[in-house]
Parts: sequence; C-alpha cells; structure tokens
Amino acid sequence: MSTDVSQNLITISVDGKEIQAKSGELLIEAAEKAGIFIPRFCFHNRLPQVGMCRMCLVEVKGPRGFTLQPSCYLPVTEGMEVITESEKVQKAQDGVLEFLLINHPLDCPTCDKGGECPLQDQTLTYGPGESRFIEEKRHWEKPIAISELVYLDRERCIQCDRCTRFADVVAGDALIEFFGRGDHTEVNVFPERPFSSYFSGNTVQICPVGALTASPYRFKARPWDLSQIESSCNTCSMGCRIMVQSSQNELTRYLGLDSDAVNHGWLCDKGRFGFEAINSDERVTVPLLRKGDEFVETTWASALALIASKVSGAKAGGDANRIGFILGSRLTNEDIYAWVKLAKGVIGTDNVDSQLGDGLRGEVIAGLPRATISEAVTAKAVLAFTGDIKEEIPVLFLRMREAVRSGKTKLVTIGTRSSSLDELSEVKANVGIDQLQLLARELVSSNSKFAEIASVFSRQGVSSDGEGLVVLLGRENLAVDQSVVEAFAVELSRALPKARFLVTLRATNFAGSVDLGAAPRLLPGRSLLENASAALGQKWTRLPSQVGRGVKEMFKGALQGELDVVFLVGSDPRADYVDSELADSALDRVGFVVSVDTYLSGSTLKADLVLPAAAFAEKSGTTTNLEGRVFTLNQKVTPPGVCRTDWTIASEIALELGDDLGFSSVSEILDEIADVSPLHWGLSWARLSKMATVEGVLVPVSGTALSIRPRAMLDQVSTPGIASVWNQGLASSKTAYVEGEEEVGEVSPVGTPPNAVSGMGLMEPIWPLPSIQPTGYLNLAYVQKLYSRGEHLKNSPHLSRLIVEAKCRISSHTAKQLDLESGDMVRIIDKVGGEASFEVEIDDAVSRGTVELTRGSFAVSGFSPVRTDETVNYVKLERA
Amino acid sequence: MSFFTPENLEKAQVLVGLYPDKRSALIPLCHLAQSQHGHLSKEAMEEIAELLGIQPAEVMGTASFYDMLHTEEVGKYLVGVCTNVACLLGGGQELLDHASDVLGVPPGGTTEDGMFTLEEVECVAHCDKAPCAQVNYRYFGPLANDDFDNLVDDLKSGRLSDSVPHHGVLSRVFRDAPPMVSLEIIHEERRVMDEAKKARLAAQSQEAGGKQ
Amino acid sequence: MSDKIVTARVGIPNSYTIASYLEHGGYQSLRKALLEMTPEEVQAEVTASGMLGRGGAGFETGRKWSMLKQDPIRYLVVNGDESEPSTFKDHLLVENDPHQLVEGTLITAYAIGATRAFIYLRGEFALGLERVQTAINEAYAHGAIGRNIFGSGFSIDLVLQPGAGAYICGEETALIESLEGKRGYPRIKPPYFPAVIGLYGAPTIVNNVETMSNVPWIVANGGKAFAALGKGRSTGTRLFALSGDVLRPGSYELEMTSKTFRELIYDPDLGGGLKEGRTVKAVIPGGVSAPWIGPDNLDLPLGQDEVAQAGSMLGSGSIIVLDDHSCAVRAAWRITKFFNRESCGQCTPCREGSGWIEKIMHRIEMGSGTESDLDLVLDACDNIAPGLTWPPQQTTICVLGPSIPSSVVSAIKMFRDEFMIHIKEEGCPFVH
Repeated sequence: MSTDVSQNLITISVDGKEIQAKSGELLIEAAEKAGIFIPRFCFHNRLPQVGMCRMCLVEVKGPRGFTLQPSCYLPVTEGMEVITESEKVQKAQDGVLEFLLINHPLDCPTCDKGGECPLQDQTLTYGPGESRFIEEKRHWEKPIAISELVYLDRERCIQCDRCTRFADVVAGDALIEFFGRGDHTEVNVFPERPFSSYFSGNTVQICPVGALTASPYRFKARPWDLSQIESSCNTCSMGCRIMVQSSQNELTRYLGLDSDAVNHGWLCDKGRFGFEAINSDERVTVPLLRKGDEFVETTWASALALIASKVSGAKAGGDANRIGFILGSRLTNEDIYAWVKLAKGVIGTDNVDSQLGDGLRGEVIAGLPRATISEAVTAKAVLAFTGDIKEEIPVLFLRMREAVRSGKTKLVTIGTRSSSLDELSEVKANVGIDQLQLLARELVSSNSKFAEIASVFSRQGVSSDGEGLVVLLGRENLAVDQSVVEAFAVELSRALPKARFLVTLRATNFAGSVDLGAAPRLLPGRSLLENASAALGQKWTRLPSQVGRGVKEMFKGALQGELDVVFLVGSDPRADYVDSELADSALDRVGFVVSVDTYLSGSTLKADLVLPAAAFAEKSGTTTNLEGRVFTLNQKVTPPGVCRTDWTIASEIALELGDDLGFSSVSEILDEIADVSPLHWGLSWARLSKMATVEGVLVPVSGTALSIRPRAMLDQVSTPGIASVWNQGLASSKTAYVEGEEEVGEVSPVGTPPNAVSGMGLMEPIWPLPSIQPTGYLNLAYVQKLYSRGEHLKNSPHLSRLIVEAKCRISSHTAKQLDLESGDMVRIIDKVGGEASFEVEIDDAVSRGTVELTRGSFAVSGFSPVRTDETVNYVKLERA
Repeated sequence: MSFFTPENLEKAQVLVGLYPDKRSALIPLCHLAQSQHGHLSKEAMEEIAELLGIQPAEVMGTASFYDMLHTEEVGKYLVGVCTNVACLLGGGQELLDHASDVLGVPPGGTTEDGMFTLEEVECVAHCDKAPCAQVNYRYFGPLANDDFDNLVDDLKSGRLSDSVPHHGVLSRVFRDAPPMVSLEIIHEERRVMDEAKKARLAAQSQEAGGKQ
Repeated sequence: MSDKIVTARVGIPNSYTIASYLEHGGYQSLRKALLEMTPEEVQAEVTASGMLGRGGAGFETGRKWSMLKQDPIRYLVVNGDESEPSTFKDHLLVENDPHQLVEGTLITAYAIGATRAFIYLRGEFALGLERVQTAINEAYAHGAIGRNIFGSGFSIDLVLQPGAGAYICGEETALIESLEGKRGYPRIKPPYFPAVIGLYGAPTIVNNVETMSNVPWIVANGGKAFAALGKGRSTGTRLFALSGDVLRPGSYELEMTSKTFRELIYDPDLGGGLKEGRTVKAVIPGGVSAPWIGPDNLDLPLGQDEVAQAGSMLGSGSIIVLDDHSCAVRAAWRITKFFNRESCGQCTPCREGSGWIEKIMHRIEMGSGTESDLDLVLDACDNIAPGLTWPPQQTTICVLGPSIPSSVVSAIKMFRDEFMIHIKEEGCPFVH
C-alpha cells in the first residue's frame, strides 16, 4: 500500500524492459502491472508494507551498484534499474523460502490451506525439492482457538505480520500481537482476551499459510472440490463484493473481493460466516398451511389458489386497500420490482412498505443529494448523525477509519450516545434533538452557536452552501422517531444545498426498495404515484387509485380491522419492527397473513400460510447498496425442497389472479426496470454480468454511456483462496488472474434522461412535537449491534455463539443514582405499562439518565420499549 | 481494578507525562510494576494498557520482547550467569553448571522456596570481571565456584539486602525535576535564536561584501 | 593536561557526584557553549574535531549533525544500550562520570536545536541508571537542565529511559522504536534515516554515550586539539575494552592509532600479556559482529581505517583475545547462539537463519557434525550475507543479519583444521 502515489508517469527498467509506472508507486506493484510478478508473503496491497518476509528481494541499482532490495518497500523513481531474475535474486529468494520452511511443520495433508497456500505454491514453483534441515523443529501447541471463529496454529505461522497489521491498522482491534522475540516469536492474544474483532475473518483470508483457519470452514473442503461465483454480501447495505464458494451444492465459504469503490477486500464476520444460515436445517422448504395451532405441508398449487381467493375476497369485500405488503430488506431488486408491480400494478394497492420503523421515508431518501462512499471518504469534512456504523455497516466503518487516519477527511459526530466513530472524530458533540434545527441552520456559519463544529468545517474549507461536506445520515437511536432525523436532513439540505448525503441505514437493499417504489406513494424510478411515467404506463395495466399506508399505518389500520390480507415477504416485523408490541397485536387482527420466508420466524408463526423462499446464493438478481451502486448477486447452489425465488412467487400469484407480470427471468425483469425507471437506464443483466462487476454500476446512471473500467488484476497471494479455486488447486506460477477486461461500449439513452427525475424535490421540514419526559422516567436508547439476535444469526451455528444477550445497559452514574449494580435484575416498564425483566450491565458508553437496549435481543409479549406515536421514548426502571 | 499502589500510581502518572506520546512510558511502567510485584502480572499489564490507552495485548507484545520483563513469576533473586564469549573463555559455562548444581535448578528454573531463579544471560558488559554474574542486575565477578557459593549464602542470609533489592527494583532513584518546559516556550526561544542567527549571517555577509 | 579525555575523572573518589564534577571543571563547557557560542559554532568545533561516532558504525559526528532535517520538533537520543558482547566502555562512563554524559548531551542538544533529549540506557545497568538519574536530578537543581539554562535563553528537558534487555535496541532505529514503547524492531532504511524520520516521525540525532562524553572536552579545548590526537580519520582517544585470554582485561582509553593490537595486549600497563607459554590464536576486534583477525595482524595500529583495511572493523572498540588453548569452534558457536537469542525475529533470514546456523555449529562443537555441514553452514550464511564479503551485503532489514556469519566464516576460514578434528574425533579436543 503506497501512500504518495502521483499520477505522473515515469519510466523504469525491469529486467532490461522499459515499463511505465506511476511515480511513488511501489516497485512490486509497478512490476506486477507490467506482468512481472515478484514473489511475496508479507506484502498486501491493502496493508502498509513492512518488508519483513524478504521474499520480494530484487536487485536494484544504487550508488554501490546493484544490491538486493525489498521491492515491496521501494517507491519507483525515474530511471530506476531493476533485475528480478538473476542468479543472485534467485539465490536470495530460494534462501528465504528455505528459511521459512525449516521450522514449518509441512503438515499440508491435514492443513486447510493445502492447495491454496502461497507457501506451498511458491515452494513448488521456486523451492528446492529436498530439505537440508535435519535439526529439531520449533514446536508450539497445535491449534489454539483465539476466538469463537478463528483458530491459530503457530507452527505454521511465518511471522509475516499480515494478521497483526490488519487487526491493528485496519480494524483498530489490536487484540492479536507478536509475543516473544527472535525465532520464538508467536502471534497470540492476551490471556482471557479473545480476538473478538468484528473483522477477524479477514485475517484468515489474508493469511499466506495455514496458521489462521476459520472454525466454520475447518476441514470442509479443498480448492479443487470447490467452485465459486462472484456476488455481493447482503448482510447490510454496504454490498461488499464477495466470492461465494460451494462444494457439492453446499455453501462452504465467502471470501472478500477487492472492490476499490466498496470493500477493499474486507468483510465483517457476520457477512463472512453468514453462509451457515443458508445451509441450516431450520429452513422452510415446503409451503405450510395453518391448521389450528399447527402447520401442515401443502402444495404450491393449493397455496397459490388460496392466496388468489383471499386477495379476490378482500378486493370484493372492500377494495384493494384492505391488502398490504411488507417487504424485507434482503430482497433483490428484481424481487422488489415484481412484488411492487404485483401490489401496485396488478392488485392496485399502494400499501407497500419495506421499512420497519428503522429507516427514513422513501421520499426523503430519494430527495437528498446522494454521496458515494468514495465521496464520503475524500470529502473535505464529514458530519455523522447516524447509528454506530461499526455495529450496523461494519466495512463502511473500516473505510471511514482509514480515511480519517490517513488524513483524507475530518469527521464531526453528533448525537447523544457514544459510538465507534467518536475516537475518529475531531469533535464529538452531544446535540439534543431540541438543538437539531438550530444546528442544521448554523452548521457552517461563522457565528454559529456550535462554534466548535463550525470551526472544523471552516478549517476544512467547506463552503457556505455546503460544498465539500458529506453527511452520514442514519438512525442514531431507534427510540427517537424517524421524523426527527428526516426534518434535520431536510432542514440541513435546504441550508446547505451542495452538501451530499450518504444514507447509512443498515437494511440491506433499502436503496433498491426506495428506487423501485417499495414505499407508499412511490413508483419505480423514484417517481411519485401522481407522476407516473408513460413508460410505466406501457408496462403496467393499473395504478393504485390512492396513496397507501406505510407499515405503521398498516398496523394501526389492522388493529381497527381494516386489513384483510398482509404479505410479509422476507420480513419479520414481530422481531424487527421497533414497536414490536404493535406488530404483534396487529398481525393477530389481520384476516390472512402470508409469510414468504426462509425460516420460521416469530412473524411466520402468526402466518396463515408460509411460502418457502430461495435464499441468498440460491438465486440471481441485482442489489443496490447504500450509495446506489447496483451489483449482481449470483446463484451458486440450488435451493432446498420446493423453495422458489421471491419474484417467481409474485409472478405466480399474478397469474393466479388472472394477470401477468410479463417477465419470466431476472434478465427480463431488469430489462423492464431499465425501461420504466430512468434511474436504471442502460442496465441489463447481460451487461452487468459481463462488466467488471466488482465495482458495480452507480445509479442514477449519468453521462452518455456506461463506461466500465477493466477489472484490476488479482494478486493471488493477497486472497489465496480465490485464485486457487480458479486454478483448481494447481500452483499457478507467476501469472495473475485477470477476468472480465471487456470494456462496455456506448449505451444508447433509453427513456427520460436520468437527471430529470420528476417530483422528488425537497419538501418542507416537518419538526415533530417534542415528547414530555414524565418524572421518574429515563431516556431510552434503542440501538442495533452487529450481533443483535435475528433469524439469520440464530441459524448460523458459529455466529449464534456471539449473539449479544438482552441486557439493560446504564452508566455507572445512573446505576449509582438508582442504587443498582452490574448483574442486578430490573424491570423495564414502557410508557403504556408493558414490562420485561433484564439484567443490569454497567456501561459508561451510555449517557447519564439513559437506558440502552439492544434491538432484537428480546421478545416479550406485551412489552415494547418503543411506541410509534412518541417522538422520544422514556422508560422506568424498577428493581425486580 | 487497581494494580498500582497509590504511591506508584502517582509515579506512573509522572512517567506518562514525560513523553510527547504516552506509549513511550510503556517500558518504564513495566519496570515500575515489576518493582512493586516482582514480575509483570496480567493485572499489571491491563492497568498499564489503560494508562496508555492501548490494548493489553500491545503491552504484552512489547513486554515479551524484552528479557528483563517477566510475565511469569520469578524468584526474589534473579541470578544471571554470563556465558557469552569473554566469560566463556574465562569459565562462564562452568560457572553456570556450578550455579545450577548449587541452586538445584536448571537455567530458567526457580528454586522451590521462590528465592532464586537461575538464568543464562548474554554479555552484561562486565567482561573485565569474567566470569561474572548479575543478581537482580547488580554485578559480581570474577566468580570462582567458592565465590558463587558465598554470594548465594550472602543473599540467603540477607547480608546483601541493601545493595541487592528484590527482583524488579531497578533504579531506586526517581526523577526529581520541575515540570517540563512547554513546546511553546521552546519554540519561542528557538525563534529568538533563529533571528539572532539571521542577523549574524546578514552582518557577516555585509562584512564580506564590504571587504570586496 | 591529562592524556585522557573521557576517563580523566575515573578513579577520583565520588567522581559521579555533581560536587566532584564541578570541582573538576564540570559544566564549564556547557556554560561556554550556551553563553559564548552559537549553535553553529559548537557544531563547527565538533566537525573540526573529526570525531567518529563511538557506537560502532564510526560515522563522523559533525556530519551526522549537519544532516538533521531542520523541522520545528527535533530530538536528541543518546544511545546507552551498550550490549555488544565484550564491550564495557559506556558502562564505565555512566557509572563513573554521568555528569560528563549529561553535559555533553546538553551541549549537543543546543548545537542541533533539539526540543527534547533522551538518554536511553541499557536496562541491566541498574547502578548506571541510578547514577545517571541522580546526575540529571542534580543538574536540574543546578540549573543546567530545564528552563532557561544558566540564563542563556535556551531550555531543554532531558529524560532518562531505561531499556529492558534486548541487544537489538542498540541499533538506532530499533532503539527509537523501543523508546516509543514498542518492540525493538529496526526500521527499514531508506526511508527511516533518523536524521529525517526518527523518534515520533521527527528528525532525530542518535549518538553514543562515549561520543557525547567527548563533547565537553571538545568545546573546552577546541576541535583542533581533538583532531591533533590520533591519525587520519581516527582522531581523539578511544576507550578500548579488552577481554578474553589476557591477564589484565579492562577498558583503556588510548589515543587513536597510538598503539597496536600487540601493544594493547602485551603492554604491562594495559593487557599485561597472556598466560605463561600461550600465544594469540585470534583476535575479535570491534565486537562479535566483526570478522576475526589472526596473529599476523597484531601489529595493526588501533585505528578505524587501519582495521577496515585488514578486512574487519574497529566497531565498538571491544577486543577479545583467544589464545591457543581456546576452541575456535566453541567461540564461534557461542557467538551464533548470542545472535540467535538476540535476533529480533522481524525478518526471515535472521530469525530462521540464526537458529539454524547455531544448531549446526552446536552439533559440530558437540561432535556430531559432518564435513558437508561446513558447506551447509556457509551456504546458510551466504543466504543472509550474499557473497560473504566484507563489508557485507545483506538480505536482512538491519545489520544484525550479516553480523551472524562473521564469526562462523572467520572460524571456518582460519581454523578449518580445528573443525575437521571436531568432526573426525566426534568431539571438542579442547579442555574447558
């Protein structure tokens, strides 16, 4: 990772060949780009170089003639003369390899890395056939578990510092370190402090030997047993690019692909190891029909017929508005489009929503000027008013951390609770919601009441119209109503029209949901119901006659008996809706609940009919990440039982209703999306698949053509598990894998030019009325943690061990006032009198006078800490 | 959690304040912890980590690099016999063997009563007294076998307790100085010096010009 | 004038106290420098003295200072991590004349415009740490350190930093890492030349204790007077630490080049000769990183370039004598064991190579070696120091790597027969 690379091209000579390189670029990278692969172990393009393994020694001419220099540590300079192949270089590299092997156990047959091991590969390619070392080897206790997910075998370790560097420099979790000295140096953890980093799996991915192995993959497969396909992780809205690998129709592993725009090759552990949930025995694999208190298996034909009759009945009994659709966040764009078309274009109801009180209104998201991740990490300054992105969108945290630490941008964080961003922030300001309006208006003004914040922005050169500022906008506290955040954003955007917003909601495909109309009043292409385009009119037979309800209104309506049929498509509102009690009682009052899902979730148990859906990696499609980047998701395995893809189910329901969605493949859906949505203009499945998908395509597509960069080469030592599967375990000498270099030519404009998306101007900010804090009540913070309980985690055997327990977290100050100690049991009483018992945990990251609860960590009937009509929520604590 | 005694915590805070980057106090803090406890315990490393704002693993990573920092318990007297080349030529290996016999433990071992830990050490810069040994980093040499036996007797009987404190106590002299001069003051002084320098140079060049 | 510079006060009762130091002219040089000289004038005197660094590398001190990048924050770090086997000169200086070191450090800080100074002292020097800390405390009380020293308008703080037992921290970039509270891993040069990127990333001068101890004398007597001692590039005096098979081992301060190895070893006031009837078999000059020299080189003068021309180095100024009753294989093995124990472990060739070479050497010494082991060990050495040349090339990050082969290669070259006896007789023929 070179830091001072300029765009100036210079010429250097490598093995007598003149090559062009960027000034300041590292020699090892410059040579690689010219097709000369210099062997390496410790070098990794996303880590600061250390020059430790010495495998990359080459001859470089200096004042004392040609000497051996580490090519990973040397920035190229004009006229540099380099020899990478000579007897001297060969001997030095052979020597290093021999040194690395003398104490290596050579237990390749029982090592997970066998077949994809750079040490093994480079030994085969360059190394001697026989060992000259006859002494006793160094011994360490064979693998030790350094966390729930990672095993460490110190005998195999070659002390390359990749894992320790990653943990310290990239993740900021210096929990693994070198201990000891000399040839007794070991990597290890401090006693009783496991390597509990959210990013631990990356160390396994980049380990160039079998020292670090992941417990979910241990002894599962060999690279020649595996096949792989590119995809994007759908655990959160980041859309990290991954390689999905499987063996015999079972998912075995995800590895991070290096997408410059998105994840730099990194993944969080929840994303990386989530594949286990898909292999789970708990999957729903056949349609299930409720019979009293039980489910009985049924057939697709009778299930679809039943749905059609219920839908027709509801329409006959009143109107289409007695039907509602709640879509989950993990659906593909094609799934969303199909269900939105079914709901709005076939059945004719606008009661479609995809957010569970944890998001922001679609019109607000669509109306804010969007920033990309790249813009955020290079902005003059960043304002964060968001949930803890380390907990919610972990890899975005890594990107921001890198950006701040390398000085590319400066960060100001506002909010009432502490977060992982605090330590990266120039200023962390505790701004109460009553101050937000003023802050929005005076954020950058010279006589701001918030001088400390404003001075950061002025030092950084943010202009008075907000040019240079990127706002990370999310939900800092789910117990504060979303209308507060929306009002702040709208107010801010009106005050600073050039400021751009990166919406940092966790829900995976929230951006696709908004872009494709999975919200009341919206249609695909971010158009309002009343402004439906002609293009849409050509493809859709019908449009809702009135603006529909969001989730909250649907649930309230249900309580009044106004909903006959509700479809939960990959959505579990009983667990995920912030007012779980409302969801719970509302679902009881709906006449007929259809759940389309992969597991029997809490909500599914309230359903009348359960339809088995294909999961991630069992279907293809596209997804849109938080910055609006569209990626392909690819099918790797076949779904179990008679699971069907979500879009197919929508199509079949339409057919059963005597209509036709008009498509029969993902590719056809995407074509239709491109036709009706100016945002998605020019996209097609063929193009997205052919193109350098590792970087995806940003929507709205701008310019006159989709011009896609050729994909970067893949350094096989950086992520050995990917190259080796491609090579089926064969040592692949010096050639690097290059895929999909094809440039996509000009794409003719179709439909309305994307910049003229109508009806999505900024609205007036609507500040909600403040709630009054009743005496004896405490503020509530309702927050998400990476390992908050959820179906996905519950069904991943290894990750499930990490689920955070339901605890009532308060500061030591609050605890003292209430005479409570860690471990005490308390009752939390919500504002309408519902209550539940929790164990107290003292945590000084929680503000004084605040009770913090983790979302999804409990399910207690009658209790909901968050009530949807409150702007701010308060709870009471009583010793149990 | 509180490992350091109030008195040592005060010393620790002084140490942390001596450096532009407080992590520099890591090794001095480890010595301080050893002086209190004889070795570097887990609790000590955790508290040092907290004082420095780093992870305990980082403290241990650094501490374990250095021979003098012992993360495992050692005897009250750490006896290091040098066998490096000058001592080797003077019988250092034989002295180590003898020490091992007398103490009844191999190098690296600690006597059952916790009095002695024997170590084979590298050159301790006492080569004109070869073969030599150090006890808690206080030097003795040249040592014939008898001399060594006497040394052990003296240590056991407490005759050397003044000159050889228990293991971990390194320097018994602590910094006694006014607060550090601030960088602002230093920069201001350097600015004045720089201006004087410029004036001098100008005068010199004028002088040189005048001569021509 | 005494013919001694840095050890002039050694032997005076309580020489380490400020009272004694002041009585013998202490802190007059600091006064002179601060009140009568500009920093450039001090630098000029040191440059004129031609003093080579006394740590081991032998780089000209004045030139080193002139290379310091002129950033607003600059550091001076004194290297007192004396750990090169058989080097025991700094040990003597810090215990016997700590104020001289402190004074030299302060003058240097003034000359280079340092904003803070550190003395990094080897952790094992318990007495030295107490003496230097006492000296620093006394000097603060005397007004010689801290705010506005002697009313000169120059302020500097001086901090004593103890090491904790790691030879590699004598390497200046490893010392800087250690001073930053980290593992003592040497940094890669380029770009980490301390004068440009040093302590906390700021320009830093790292000078040895003996080098610093010479500075007060140079300021008092002038660089010319210093340069008048010695010959060629070897100016001034040097402390030679003589050890091994001699009757009077000790640290002797001698005018550079004024004596030969033979004189140092045999002069009754110096080494005092060898045991009755023994002869010199080999000499290890300059610390155990240096190639050995044989009896044929005993008439070399003790000078930097003179020893370099003979294919070795004066290094840290330590001189180990092996007589004909000492085993060359055993000595060479013990030296590789030292490097193996002290390798920091950062880069592969040193970490793994040192252990391998030590194991082979040990096997040979213990009588289970074969003739092919000699080629094997030399080839392993070659993979650390390609070509086995002097001065060496290296595949490693720092010079500890190419130091490993020095003794092995010297011993095999000079005493191959002795190796063969070990191999054939399956054991060491020497009595020890």
